[in-house]
Amino acid sequence: MSATGLQTIALCKNFGALKVSNNIDFRLQAGARHALIGPNGAGKTTFVNLVTGVLRPSSGQLLLDGDDITALPQAQRVKRGLVRTFQITALFRKLCVLENVVLAISERDGIGGDFLRPAGWHRAAIEEAYDILEVMGLAEDALRPITELAYGRQRMVEIALALALKPSVLLLDEPAAGVPESESVTIIEAIERLPERIAVLFIEHDMELVFRVAQRITVLVQGAVLVEGTPAEIAADPRVREVYLGEGRH
Amino acid sequence: MSHLTPSADRRAADIAAFSRRHRFHWFEALPWLIAVAAYFMFPNYLALGSQILAIILFALSVDLVLGYAGIVTLGHAAFFGVGAYTAGILAANGWGEPISGLLAAAVAAACIGLASGWIILRTTGLTLLMQTLVVAAMLYELANKAYRFTGGADGLQGMSVWPIFGTFRFDMFGNTAYFYCLVVLFFGWLVVRNTVNSSFGRSLTGIRENVGRMHAIGAPVAQRRLVVYALSAALAGIAGALTAQTAQFVGLNVLNLERSGTILVMLIIGGIGRLYGAFIGVPLYMIAQDRFAEADPTYWYFWIGLAMVFIVVFLRGGIFGVVERLLARSRKQ
Amino acid sequence: MADIFSSIISVGFHGLALAMVLYLISVGLSVTMGLMGFINLAHGAFAMLGGYLMTWLMSRYDVPFGLALAGAVIGVVLISVILERLLYRRFYGGDELDQVLMTMGLIFITIASVTYIWGPVTQPMRPPAALSGQIDLGFRSFPTYRTFLIVCGAILVTLLWLALERTRFGAQVRAAVDNLRMAQTIGINTSRLFAATFALGSGLAALGGGLGAEILPITTFYALENLVYFLIVVAVGGLGSIRGPFVAALLVGISDTAFKYIAPEFGAFFIYALTMVLLLWFPRGLFGRT
Ligand SMILES: Nc1ncnc2c1ncn2[C@@H]1O[C@H](COP(=O)(O)OP(=O)(O)OP(=O)(O)O)[C@@H](O)[C@H]1O
Ligand SMILES: [Mg+2]
Repeated sequence: MSATGLQTIALCKNFGALKVSNNIDFRLQAGARHALIGPNGAGKTTFVNLVTGVLRPSSGQLLLDGDDITALPQAQRVKRGLVRTFQITALFRKLCVLENVVLAISERDGIGGDFLRPAGWHRAAIEEAYDILEVMGLAEDALRPITELAYGRQRMVEIALALALKPSVLLLDEPAAGVPESESVTIIEAIERLPERIAVLFIEHDMELVFRVAQRITVLVQGAVLVEGTPAEIAADPRVREVYLGEGRH
Repeated sequence: MSHLTPSADRRAADIAAFSRRHRFHWFEALPWLIAVAAYFMFPNYLALGSQILAIILFALSVDLVLGYAGIVTLGHAAFFGVGAYTAGILAANGWGEPISGLLAAAVAAACIGLASGWIILRTTGLTLLMQTLVVAAMLYELANKAYRFTGGADGLQGMSVWPIFGTFRFDMFGNTAYFYCLVVLFFGWLVVRNTVNSSFGRSLTGIRENVGRMHAIGAPVAQRRLVVYALSAALAGIAGALTAQTAQFVGLNVLNLERSGTILVMLIIGGIGRLYGAFIGVPLYMIAQDRFAEADPTYWYFWIGLAMVFIVVFLRGGIFGVVERLLARSRKQ
Repeated sequence: MADIFSSIISVGFHGLALAMVLYLISVGLSVTMGLMGFINLAHGAFAMLGGYLMTWLMSRYDVPFGLALAGAVIGVVLISVILERLLYRRFYGGDELDQVLMTMGLIFITIASVTYIWGPVTQPMRPPAALSGQIDLGFRSFPTYRTFLIVCGAILVTLLWLALERTRFGAQVRAAVDNLRMAQTIGINTSRLFAATFALGSGLAALGGGLGAEILPITTFYALENLVYFLIVVAVGGLGSIRGPFVAALLVGISDTAFKYIAPEFGAFFIYALTMVLLLWFPRGLFGRT
């Protein structure tokens, strides 16, 4: 197959009796801006966990650029350019911002296993990490530990860590979750500035943001895909209005 | 935008500060100065002193897996014991050369570490903890059974350790033993220090801080943990060998649960994951034990237990942690 | 031939008795682990305390066996509830190392305390006259007390399982072990549930410690020496499982008895080796969830 991007075929996941992912057929084209929406508990995060290998699917298949990656461990998927961020901030909290990014770059470049030279000698990695911080507007906090950062800034570090891995497919799990309106603007701008070649799937409850950025939208309800389409189609779809927009914003 | 990009100067300064973090600080010389001073001040306590030095090395090895890689082990005595028996059996059977004895101990312990780690590290939490216990207990049973080699419950006797480099004889006052332990500890410390400051060591800290994220940035977490486990086992083996060579005796207690447990206590007293916790906690514990435990072991257990609960509830980070917090507070004011 | 057969019967019998004791003690540990995410190394100390209280009531105040056992269980439940509220609950779902250190500390404190109160000697366990001696089961005779132990254990296990299947409390425990977040959203008071489960687990441990005092003698280092066994039962059974530990206890009880019968000089070596091999195949235990 020559297909590029990410594809899932009949993906299922059960937690006990609970069907959290139900037969999901999904396709993320290379370079796409694709939103995944759905009410709380719909199984959006679980979908990301399945795709990135945190969870094993109960059944179904995952393809990346046409290759079957269903059995690959997480690290291998990352090496193939499949990268995610976390809905609940998952950073190295006691380490400084710069080091968070340096860790990611070290793994990408395969120097994370070097136990002879001090980390500080890998200057190229540090310089590059600082570049990323500058692009993300995080440089002034470079040497501060994550715990001292405002939550909105922490969300930016989330994205910085993912970008440091040079992804081809990027899964953003509610990048602006829990961030006050005033700060969420920076995050939205950062998402809009992401390089064209990266295929981005983002989960978001903020409809304004979804319609502003997404070219395609998939609606997930109770583990199953309700409908997929362009923003216009989704906005016009009565079922979506009923189950999702009708509920009001979260 | 509210967040301005700092100047190029700031960038250079930040990067310089960040990449120099591994350099030596003056206070890192303190433990060594104190150790040398102690030699002159307490000439009657050199035997205890050598034991303390060897156990500090053991504590460092535990800190590596526990404090840096976040692997909670209750069975590190396994490696200490393997090292002690390796060096001991060699010396009791006609090969008393100490340095090669240490190396042999390190290799033997590392092999056991690799083999057991390969099984153990697939699991987490209670299961992992239980398996560390089980490995140590298995070796204990083996050592007990193999009395022809180990002396079983009577302990290994008849060790004869040759002079170091053929020159420095182990004297009955423990002068040589003390400096021998000090030098070996120094090199062990250099290795540990270098490891935790390396990219590998930083990735271990990452694993401890957030395993999920380490996976998500593509780190081979299992492999890293196995490597550090084996390295730590080797160091623990050297510590055991040091104890065996300086005491000229190996008993079954090198492998028991008490040893695995108390080393954790010593480490949390000083502070875990700090490299220097071992240098504070071990001497404190062992000196106190030397003074109070013999008189009344029951009370000793009671106070140690109470101290553990107290530290976990109120003094997170041990003595070092408290000092750090006080320093941070005074700096803020 | 008859010899071998009789040995097998005998190993099976004593193994079964050991298994009952191990299960009663360990099941609480498994549930605390699965439900609260807490590694309670001091769980065995509750069993030990049960044993001490029971033997003490019996030998010092001539309290009859059954009553002494009940008294011991009540005493341990009270202590455990206090400890749960004061100490344990702070660490639920928290740092593993903290849990391990805190409960190790509790073990040390318990060891010192029982040595102080009851002295360093092993506590005598004298079953009542009706339960001592041998009982003839038709084809051969068995020690009465152990037969009683097995029957008693079987009844308790059945009651426990029925309670978990049939009662509201049981349903809540199962729901919470299955999916804690879900349980919270449907309005289960988890704090109360945790306390109740903890008390139940400790009570069962005390029961196991008291009943089993004849198999696992009540000594000061009880909680430390038997720790590995309790942990093995839980890990091999599968964390959070209620039936898993039973199968594991049977496996451990019977094979340990067999190994010690065949090669006593190796002590527990083979049971340890078996555990390692089992966990190599089933890292999550026999009944662990994936
Ligand atoms: N590890 C788990 N074990 C059991 N149930 C789980 C687990 N993870 C998630 N669930 C359940 O699966 C369902 C889907 O969860 P998921 O986190 O994927 O939802 P979501 O769409 O991301 O919701 P939100 O918008 O709140 O982030 C929920 O009902 C949740 O309780
Ligand atoms: Mg989610």
